[in-house]
Amino acid sequence: MARDLAYLSATDLTGLLGSGQLSSVELVQSCLARVQAVDGRVRAFNSRDEAGALAAARASDERRAAGQARGPLDGIPVGLKDVIAVEGQPLTCSSKMLANFISPYDATVTTRLKAAGAIPLGRLNMDEFAMGSSTENSAFGPTANPWDLTRVPGGSSGGSAAAVAAGELPLTLGSDTGGSIRQPAALCGIVGLKPTYGLVSRYGLAAYASSLDQIGTMAHTVDDAALLLGAIAGHDERDSTSFKAAVPDYGAEIARRRGPWRLGVPKEFFGAGLDPEVGAAVQAAIAFYREAGCEIREVSLPLAAEHAIAVYYLIATAEASSNLARYDGIRYGHRAAKAKDVVDLYFQSRAEGFGDEVKRRIILGTHVLSSGYYDAYYLRAQKVRTLIRNEFAAVLQECDALLSPTSPIPAFKIGEKSADPLAMYLTDIYTISVNLAGLPGLSVPCGFTTGGLPIGLQLIGRPFDEAGLLAIARAYEQAHEWSQRHPVL
Amino acid sequence: MNYEAVIGLEVHVQLRTASKMFTRVAAGYGQPENTLVDPVVLALPGALPVLNKEALNQIIKAGLILGCQIAPVCKWDRKNYFYPDSPKNYQISQYDQPICVGGTVEIELPGPSRNVMGEHKRVPLTRIHLEEDVGKLNHGATDSLVDYNRAGTPLMEIVSDPALRSADEAFAFLTSLRIALVQGGISDCDMEKGQMRCDANISIRPVGQAQLGTKVELKNLNSISFVRDGIAHEIRRQVAVVQSGGTIVQETRDYDGQTGASQSLRSKEMAHDYRYFPDPDLMPVRVDAAWQARIQATVPEHHFDRQRRFLADYQLPYTITSVLVPDRALADYFEATVRLGATPQAAGNWIANDLLRELGAAQVTLADAKVQPAHIAALVKLVESGVISNSIAKEVFVTMAQSGELPDAIVAKQGLQQSTDTGALEKWVADAIAANPKAAEGFKGGNEKALNAIKGAVMKASAGKANPQLVDQIVRKQLGS
Repeated sequence: MARDLAYLSATDLTGLLGSGQLSSVELVQSCLARVQAVDGRVRAFNSRDEAGALAAARASDERRAAGQARGPLDGIPVGLKDVIAVEGQPLTCSSKMLANFISPYDATVTTRLKAAGAIPLGRLNMDEFAMGSSTENSAFGPTANPWDLTRVPGGSSGGSAAAVAAGELPLTLGSDTGGSIRQPAALCGIVGLKPTYGLVSRYGLAAYASSLDQIGTMAHTVDDAALLLGAIAGHDERDSTSFKAAVPDYGAEIARRRGPWRLGVPKEFFGAGLDPEVGAAVQAAIAFYREAGCEIREVSLPLAAEHAIAVYYLIATAEASSNLARYDGIRYGHRAAKAKDVVDLYFQSRAEGFGDEVKRRIILGTHVLSSGYYDAYYLRAQKVRTLIRNEFAAVLQECDALLSPTSPIPAFKIGEKSADPLAMYLTDIYTISVNLAGLPGLSVPCGFTTGGLPIGLQLIGRPFDEAGLLAIARAYEQAHEWSQRHPVL
Repeated sequence: MNYEAVIGLEVHVQLRTASKMFTRVAAGYGQPENTLVDPVVLALPGALPVLNKEALNQIIKAGLILGCQIAPVCKWDRKNYFYPDSPKNYQISQYDQPICVGGTVEIELPGPSRNVMGEHKRVPLTRIHLEEDVGKLNHGATDSLVDYNRAGTPLMEIVSDPALRSADEAFAFLTSLRIALVQGGISDCDMEKGQMRCDANISIRPVGQAQLGTKVELKNLNSISFVRDGIAHEIRRQVAVVQSGGTIVQETRDYDGQTGASQSLRSKEMAHDYRYFPDPDLMPVRVDAAWQARIQATVPEHHFDRQRRFLADYQLPYTITSVLVPDRALADYFEATVRLGATPQAAGNWIANDLLRELGAAQVTLADAKVQPAHIAALVKLVESGVISNSIAKEVFVTMAQSGELPDAIVAKQGLQQSTDTGALEKWVADAIAANPKAAEGFKGGNEKALNAIKGAVMKASAGKANPQLVDQIVRKQLGS
C-alpha cells in the first residue's frame, strides 16, 4: 500500500482525485490491499470484483484526465450489501439458497452509482436475506466487529458497517427493514442513514419485507452519507412505491440548514433495557444540542414503544413469507439433488437452502396470513401500524427531529444471543418503529463505552427531510471527535 | 323427480396488450420458449412489478361494455400458492376489491328454428378482476419443462352469478361474451390459443327447491362446444348419482372434450389457503370519472343492440342479421354499403351470401377483399334500375370479386346490359312460342306457370340479357291474352 488511505472520508478522497494527488486505480488498489490485510479477521466481504473494479478505476482516471469526471463520486469504490443486484456479480443474500447465483441485471441504485462513476468493489456480508441483528445468520459465517473481533458488528448490514469501520471501503450501501443500517452503524461507530421509504428505489434489492425495506448509505461522516445518498435517491419508474419528487442537492441543503432546532426526546426510549453507558452517551448528546440553543422537548410515543416490535414481526414476516416463496429451486438458486416429485423438490430445496432464522420468519409469516388468523394478526398489525405512523406524525409536527439511542446495547459477543431470538429482536427496539412509519432515520457516533465499544445516537426526521436530518447530525458530528477514532486492526 | 341445474361460470380472458401486465416485455403467442421474459417475469431476486396501464384501460373497457360498476380505486393482492408455472409462487390478483362489479351478459337462446330469434336473457355477473397469467408446463416422459412466455400476461377473470340453468345457456353466455369482447378489441378470445378459458361450477337441485346443491367444478374446458358438452354430461352424471341414491361430492373434475368423459382431479378437502394480502410492491390506482369517460367513448355499440337496430331500421331478415352482427367489421361493411345508397335488404343479401361465399372460396379476409361497399352499392343500383338482371348480377359479382373492377365497367366491357330492343325480343319470343307449342297451349288453357318455359327459352336465347318484364309483356301479347 503506497500510502494509508484507509480512514479518509469520501469527501477527502474526492479532493485528492480532483487535484491529481491520487488516481482511482491507486485508491482501488489501496482498498484491496487493506482488504487483504484485515478482512481475514473482519470477514466483511462475501466476494470482490477486483478485475472489474480496477478496469472501472482506469476508465475513471481516463475520464478525469480528459476533464470529463462525472462528479464527486467518480472513481470512488463503494461496497454493496450482498442483497443489491450488480450485473455479472454474485447476489447471494448470504444464503446457501443463492450461493451460486449471479445477477443478470443491475439494481437501480447500482445503475445510478455506475452512472456517477462510483466503482462497485465487492459484495458485503449480512444476515441471510437481511433477517437478523448481528450478521451471525450468514450462510458464509459471521462478520466480526472491527472494534472487538469477538463481538458482532450488528446487522443485518453488518458487513457494510464493518467494511467502513475497518477502513476497507469509504462508502457502502446497506438495507434497512427494521434498523439494519442504523444498528450496525451504531455498533461499528460509523454513520448510517435509512432514507424515507420511497426515496431510494428498491428495484434490484432482493426483498425481505417490501413495505419496510429501504436502501441507505453507510460512511465515516455525515457529509459522505449525504454524498452517496444524492447519487442513489430519486424517482424510479421501475419501483411503483418510488416517490415522485426532485432530489435536493444535499450538500448545499445541509450547509444552508443551521439550527437551532426543536428536538424531541421520546421518553419511552430511555426505559428498561437501555445500557447505562449508552444512555449516558445519548444524554450527553442531547445536552450538547440543548447547549447549542436547540429546544429539547420530551415527547411520548407510547404505541411505538409498546407495540412496534410485535407489529413489525407480524408485517415483516407476512411479507417475507410471500417474497421468499420464489426461492423454490425451479428457475435458479439451490435445487435439492434427489427429489421424488415437484412438491418434494420444494420441501427439500427450501429445507436445505434456508437457514434457521429465515425459516422461522417464513413459518411465522405463513401463519400470520393464514385463513382464520389474518384478521387477528396481519390486519390488526396494519391498523396499529397506522396508529404508530400517526403518533410519529403528530410528534414531528412539533419537532424537527427526534433523538434516541440507536441500539439499547453496544456490540455483544458473537454467539451471545444466537440461542435467544427474542433477545436479539430487542436490539432493534428503537429503530423498528421508524420503518413502520416510513420515516428517515440516521445513526451518528456519539461516544464509546469504557470497554471501547462505539455508541450511536439515532435521529428520526420528517418524511423526505433527509437534508434536515443530515444537517442536525452534522452539527453534532462537527463538534465531536468520535468519527475521527478508528479501531486498531 | 325433476331436477334443475344451477351453473356459474368463471371465464379467464387474456387481454390484448402489447406488453405484459407488470413489465414492458412483449406479450405474445407462438414464440420460442422463454424468450418473452425479463427479471420481473422470472421473479429474479429484486425484481419489482410496475403496472401496465393499458391492461387497466382494457379491463375497464370490458367492464363498461358489460355494464359493470368500475371501482374508484384499483388495488392489488397477492394470491400465494406454490406451482412451477408461477414464477413468484404468488400471483398478483385482486381479492376483495375487484375493478369491475356487477354487470350482465345478454344471451340469446336457440329459437324454434334458425330463422327465428330465440329468447333473450340477461345473466348477471358477480365481478370481473384483473390478474396476471402463469406460465405453461410441458410434460415429457421423464421431466417437465416450464415456458414462462405466457407468465405475466394480463388476464381478466369474469365470474357469473350462478344464474345459468342449462348447457345451452352456458354456450350462449360464452358466445355472446366472446362477441362483445372481440368487438370491443379486448381480446381475440381464441380458445385454441388459450386466450379464453372457462371453468364451470355445476350443481343440481329438485325443481322448486331454493337451497343449492353440492357443486362440482369442471376444469379444462377449452372450446365453447366442450363447455356445452361438458356441462350437459355433468348434469346427467349428477342426476344419475342422485337418482341411484348417491350423494354428490364437492370436487374438481377434468372434462375431456375428445372422449366426452370426466374424471375427478381433487376434492375440496385439499383446498388451498391462498393467504391473500395486499401487494406491498404496488400502489393502489385511482380511476376517476374522466378516465372512465375517456374509455367509455371507445365502447362500441353492443352486438344485440345493433341486431335490434338492423331488424327495425333496415327490415333485414333475422337470419341475415345473425350473420352480419356477430362480426363487427362485416356489420360496419354492411352499413357503409347502405350509406352509399344500396337498398338494405339487397345489400344484406349480397354481403351475407355472395360476399362471404366468395371470400371463403378465395380464403381471403374481409379486410383484404377486393369487393368494397362501393362495388356492392353500384351492383345493387344496376339491378334495381333494370340495367342487368339478377342472374347476370350474380356473374358480375364473381368477376368483380376476382378482379376488383367496378360492376359498371364489367357490364360495359362484356356487354351485359339487358336487352330492351323490342324487335329482337319479339323475334326471340316468337321463336320460343314456336319451339314450345305445349307450353303455349297450356297457358292458353289457363296454366300461368306454363309461361315460365317460354320465358326461360327467351332468356336462354338472349344469353340472359332480355329484360324479364318486357319479355313477359311480349309473350302475353303474342299469345293473345
